Amino acid sequence: MAKTRDILLDPLSDNNPIAIQVLGICSALAVTVKMETAMVMALALTTVVTFSNLIISVMRKAIPAKIRMIVEMAVIASLVIVADQFLQAYMFEVSRQLSVFVGLIITNCIVMGRAEAFALQNPPGPSFLDGLGNGLGYSAILLIVASIREILGSGTWFGHDVFAFMPESFHYMGNGLALLAPGAFIIIGLIIWAHRTIVGKFETD
Amino acid sequence: MKFMMNHLEKMKPLFKPGGKLEKLYPLFEAQETFMFTPPTVTKSSPHIRDANDMKRTMITVIFALIPCILFGMYNAGRQHNIVNMVQNATLMTHLLQGALLVMPIIMASYVAGGIWEVLFAVVRKHEINEGFLVTGMLFPLTLPPTIPLWQVAVGISFGVIIGKEVFGGTGFNVLNPALTARAFLFFAYPQQISGDSVWTSVVKGGAIMDGFSGATPLAIAAQVPSGGNVIEALREGGFTWMSMFGGLEGGSIGETGVIPILIGAAILIITGVGAWRIMAGGVLGLFIGSTLMNFVGNAQPEFKAFTMLPFHYHLVVGSFLFGIVFMATDPVSASATNAGKWVYGSLIGLLTIVIRVTNPAYPEGVMLSILFMNVMAPLIDHIVVSLHVKRRASYLRRFSRAKG
Repeated sequence: MAKTRDILLDPLSDNNPIAIQVLGICSALAVTVKMETAMVMALALTTVVTFSNLIISVMRKAIPAKIRMIVEMAVIASLVIVADQFLQAYMFEVSRQLSVFVGLIITNCIVMGRAEAFALQNPPGPSFLDGLGNGLGYSAILLIVASIREILGSGTWFGHDVFAFMPESFHYMGNGLALLAPGAFIIIGLIIWAHRTIVGKFETD
Repeated sequence: MKFMMNHLEKMKPLFKPGGKLEKLYPLFEAQETFMFTPPTVTKSSPHIRDANDMKRTMITVIFALIPCILFGMYNAGRQHNIVNMVQNATLMTHLLQGALLVMPIIMASYVAGGIWEVLFAVVRKHEINEGFLVTGMLFPLTLPPTIPLWQVAVGISFGVIIGKEVFGGTGFNVLNPALTARAFLFFAYPQQISGDSVWTSVVKGGAIMDGFSGATPLAIAAQVPSGGNVIEALREGGFTWMSMFGGLEGGSIGETGVIPILIGAAILIITGVGAWRIMAGGVLGLFIGSTLMNFVGNAQPEFKAFTMLPFHYHLVVGSFLFGIVFMATDPVSASATNAGKWVYGSLIGLLTIVIRVTNPAYPEGVMLSILFMNVMAPLIDHIVVSLHVKRRASYLRRFSRAKG
């Protein structure tokens, strides 16, 4: 089943939602100051997009075409509320740092885009994998960006001092730009540049 | 010289296509054009409308910068000697001390930026552009003399790569690379490039002159409480209009003295390398902005006292003149149309005042306003050109109607 594997692995690199489709940039800028928040956000989004794809695909024959957007919205919103409540209950500190951005998963283009473009036309199995693949593709970029930002900006990774092995006299000076949104923008731009050079995908007009 | 030339000629086949060192051709090309004048002239921007060779343009800018470099060195050394109470300091020791402070910064900028420049030229197979000679010199002049050298290297790397090369190299950059580099340092490592303590080099643990605070005129002016007198406060801080015109004070290396900047401006204007319309527009914009602020300050006395600073003071505090003469006139990132140059320059002046006076986070606004207008320059040119086309079109219509 080469095709099933493609559905899962394609969004990781060749059709990555951030690096190729350039979707979901807003949250990628906002939550990537620290690994911890980026990790939680990546998990939340992956869960939401996977299950929204699954549920919408199951209902795809019952949804009238004219109101499909609203139905999709209702499904996604319900899932997001569940994810948000879960975070508030079990990881209150992280949830506070993520503030509105978990709620804003509702407006994340990736979730809606996959529901529209894939789940409405495909059976539940592949839709589930497609959602998972896209969620993981998003997570991969999010974690790379957050790693670069946290190491450059604060000299830490998941809150641990990565320069601890250096001699006592060495003091890493955090790069303030990496902690600001423009810094994240530049880093994402560079990642997209490197990624497209490697996979050889270029937009032609 | 003859010997050098023969040597270069002998080595040339090695670097030509098919030769052993074909990949390193840009390096050879750079050697050749820096030392001699080869028969080829540059074929693309930044001089679309000019038969001049880019090297000559850029060398002119370097010549125009020499007064600023020398004065900057002298001033940095003099501040160092005064504040650290060095005995028997003379003009020569000021200059030597300044060279010790400033030369490493310039070297770091040239070496780090040069490495990237060569790397991109080799990978992309284009010439090494002489534009870097200017970028690599402008950037250190915008820095405080106490800047750590690794930050200079990191900053110029950012300026060359993100400010220029990712857009395709010299001639395609949206932003001025030297200012991009400075903006990077400003946001990345603000402790080393802003505040009161960075503008004068102080020997650690040594005796320091009494009453030395290191505050720049802009910092003093920004802190005057509402209802206060800014000019009086500046005088108490040791700054009169004449002293700020002379520029023997703490600040970024190249920007403090007004006379060297004016000499540079004269060289740029006479040779036609720098656009006088941008400089004039900038001063005009600064005048409009500061006059408007004076009105605001008069009408609303509870506002900051900074609003009351008159135009001729705004001209000499901070680094507005350096920015408008050397940074804003960069032919690649500035507006290209004549009307556009006026608009571009005057908006830089206006924005500078707005940022200086109203934004408490940034004491100086020149850097950000030039970068902002760099982004706007293509839009200004587009509007100027389409207005012109419209005017010509309506003229033609009227003309043909009159005839028919």
